[in-house]
Amino acid sequence: MSMEIAHHPPTATGLDNRKLGFWVFIGSETLFFGSLISTYMVYKGASVAGPYPHDVLNIPLTSISTFVLLTSSLAMVLALAAVQNGNRSGTLLWLMVTAVFGLIFLGFQAYEFTHFVHEGLTIKSNVFGSAFFVLTGFHGVHVSVGVIWLLSLWILTLRGKIGKENSINVEIAGLYWHFVDIVWIVIFTLIYLIP
Amino acid sequence: MSDSTASSKAGSASARSAAAELYTDPRGFGATVWSWITTVDHKRIGIMYASAALFFLLIGGAEALLMRIQLAVPQNDFVDAETFNQLFTMHGTTMIFLVAMPMAVAFFNYIVPLQIGARDVAFPRLNALSFWVFLFGGLYLNSSFLFNAAPNASWVGYANLTSTQFSPGPNVDFWVIGLSIVGVSSLVGAINFITTIINLRAPGLTLMRLPLFTWMTFVTSWILVTAIPVIAVALIFLAADRFFATNFFVPTAGGDPVLWQHLFWIFGHPEVYILILPSFGIMSEVVSTFSRKPLFGYPVVVYAGILIGFIGWGVWSHHMFTTGLGPIADSFFVVSTMIIAIPTGVKIFNWLATMWGGSIRFTSAMLFAIGLLAIFTVGGLSGIMHASAPVDLQQHDSYFVVAHFHYTIVGGAMTGLFAGFYYWFPKVTGRLMSEALGKLHFWTFLIGFNLTFFPMHFAGLFGMPRRVFTYPAELNVAEYNMASTIGAFIFGLSSLIFLWNLWRSSLKGKPAGANPWGAPSLEWSTSSPPPHYNFAEIPEVKSRDPLWTSDVPPEKPLAHDEEPLMPSPSFWPILTAFGISLTWILVMTRIWWVPLIGLALTAICIYSWAFQPEFREATQEQG
Repeated sequence: MSMEIAHHPPTATGLDNRKLGFWVFIGSETLFFGSLISTYMVYKGASVAGPYPHDVLNIPLTSISTFVLLTSSLAMVLALAAVQNGNRSGTLLWLMVTAVFGLIFLGFQAYEFTHFVHEGLTIKSNVFGSAFFVLTGFHGVHVSVGVIWLLSLWILTLRGKIGKENSINVEIAGLYWHFVDIVWIVIFTLIYLIP
Repeated sequence: MSDSTASSKAGSASARSAAAELYTDPRGFGATVWSWITTVDHKRIGIMYASAALFFLLIGGAEALLMRIQLAVPQNDFVDAETFNQLFTMHGTTMIFLVAMPMAVAFFNYIVPLQIGARDVAFPRLNALSFWVFLFGGLYLNSSFLFNAAPNASWVGYANLTSTQFSPGPNVDFWVIGLSIVGVSSLVGAINFITTIINLRAPGLTLMRLPLFTWMTFVTSWILVTAIPVIAVALIFLAADRFFATNFFVPTAGGDPVLWQHLFWIFGHPEVYILILPSFGIMSEVVSTFSRKPLFGYPVVVYAGILIGFIGWGVWSHHMFTTGLGPIADSFFVVSTMIIAIPTGVKIFNWLATMWGGSIRFTSAMLFAIGLLAIFTVGGLSGIMHASAPVDLQQHDSYFVVAHFHYTIVGGAMTGLFAGFYYWFPKVTGRLMSEALGKLHFWTFLIGFNLTFFPMHFAGLFGMPRRVFTYPAELNVAEYNMASTIGAFIFGLSSLIFLWNLWRSSLKGKPAGANPWGAPSLEWSTSSPPPHYNFAEIPEVKSRDPLWTSDVPPEKPLAHDEEPLMPSPSFWPILTAFGISLTWILVMTRIWWVPLIGLALTAICIYSWAFQPEFREATQEQG
């Protein structure tokens, strides 16, 4: 049996194993963030000492970072389209834009966290602090992993290791990136926008 | 299947085993060990899972016997209260996470790819990672005994007993970190099996032709994928409370200990079905094969399994009737708990109907299957009793509950797994297990098990609480406890007979041939043990019981150079597993940057792994 057949065995559904497995993983992640978000909601108003959410949350500032993160999803779509069309310079451009937008979002988050600590809200302060920092912290970790992943893909594309024939690598990173963005939409709505 | 087909099949099988040996046989002790450490073969990983689970079974069993010695007579001082706390915590944690689950996963690994006509799982290296993470997590958890700091807050770890205030020592640290590590293993494994079962089925093997064991593996994997993240979050909160002084379960800061109970049981009740559904799958195979009849009502058994998977998500608060959730919540969970008994009961009747009118062979595997029908039903009935909230208020945290869940988990899950061992042992080793020892095992097990756990119903109803290290003579439960202790030792003896049978039969058992039981599913079409590539040609399936309808043609022998190329061994899975475990373990230092060392190691391993091709030409020659 040739190397090629061994590499790409036909699957019963025609779906790539990695893509299917990653969808299942995302399913698992929804329960992960679902539990974190539910905890935040359950503990809303349960803190016995301040600072309380409306004392510290800065909706205009976070709206900007939310906009940047959501725009990065567009860049991700363009990166995938470029790699599927065999457009290497386009792939490089849009992968980098996606990663940089992710970094900008992380920069906002770092500023926000530092600002909160100055305002007297730490992970130890009250249940709001605990639930808020653990939830947004885990989301931030997910964005960071995504940025590292995108930059790795960028380097591989630069070295010619990723092209039209293995665009699945970019596609799966895209699935992850969009998922992390969607989770943020839920977090932003429930934690920042709803009073 | 005609005789000539069978003999040509056996001939081809032996030719292929010889070729397989040439391919995989490592020379020397060191090379053999190395080949197991780096293996990505689902069959070898399955064998390692089973061996590790049996090892932990000995530890968990020894803990149980120590507890039974302590409880044999009232006011005993064989062990003190603190040791007793550690014993029941580690017994529960070990038996569930390190014995019952990995033993089922051992069968997932070995059997599922063979049943669906695949050469391996979808992600062979991730499969190896799952095993090593599980092993490291299990060893770490048990290493707490060396520091005299074994977890002591029970397997449910209720807040705020686990808080730094009430558990200042490292005991709970071991528990929260150990379970987190083991959880990674379950999650990765479940994703792997879902992908495998959806994507690697042989041509013609539609979902409604899948063997029941594969179906139940599929359902179990979905429950794992959805339930593990919930316990992960609960463990993260507990770890954060302990290591970073957060307030998730601190009532004085507004935290709510009941949140732990909800998160734990939202995971914990689906977990019950994670334990039992694989055994239901094994039951369906064994009962059908040894009754020589297709499973009665196949679609109904499949749908009942799926229904259990769904409804299992809506019953968790029946563990919390005494928490005080109010009548509306209690009523909901009473009803949902009674409803979930229906699909379970449906399965029981399907197995009975399969046996009805069949030509039954009372092999050891079949005896265990019939044993499951009887004793699991007892556990199911006591389950319906405390599905009723008012009844449960009386029984909660008493030995009645201990009796109930041992009838379901041992009488159900473990009994089914024992049946699986007797059923598939010939496929794995190529040898038959001793039927005489098997029957001795079965009868000593049945007597020992019932003598241990049946009296606990009475001890519980007379008022003996769980998790107490001793009891006064005035409670009048001494006789029941003495009976349980005697039963536990008979049960322990029966397990030693089982282990001896496994060991002896693997060396001296009679050769089994490809299909010793005349079973219908695909795993029996290949030789025993199967060649490393499982099937020379991927079989084509045209019916639900392909070997009974002779759909699958005999396999042709393969010359060495015709063998399909299989994924190459890799040492990155074990190193990555080490990195993941190390990251968690270093959290114990309580210095924020120290775990980053483990994380850096993990990152290096993941990158090296990603850039190592799954298939490498060079390794084909020496394996």
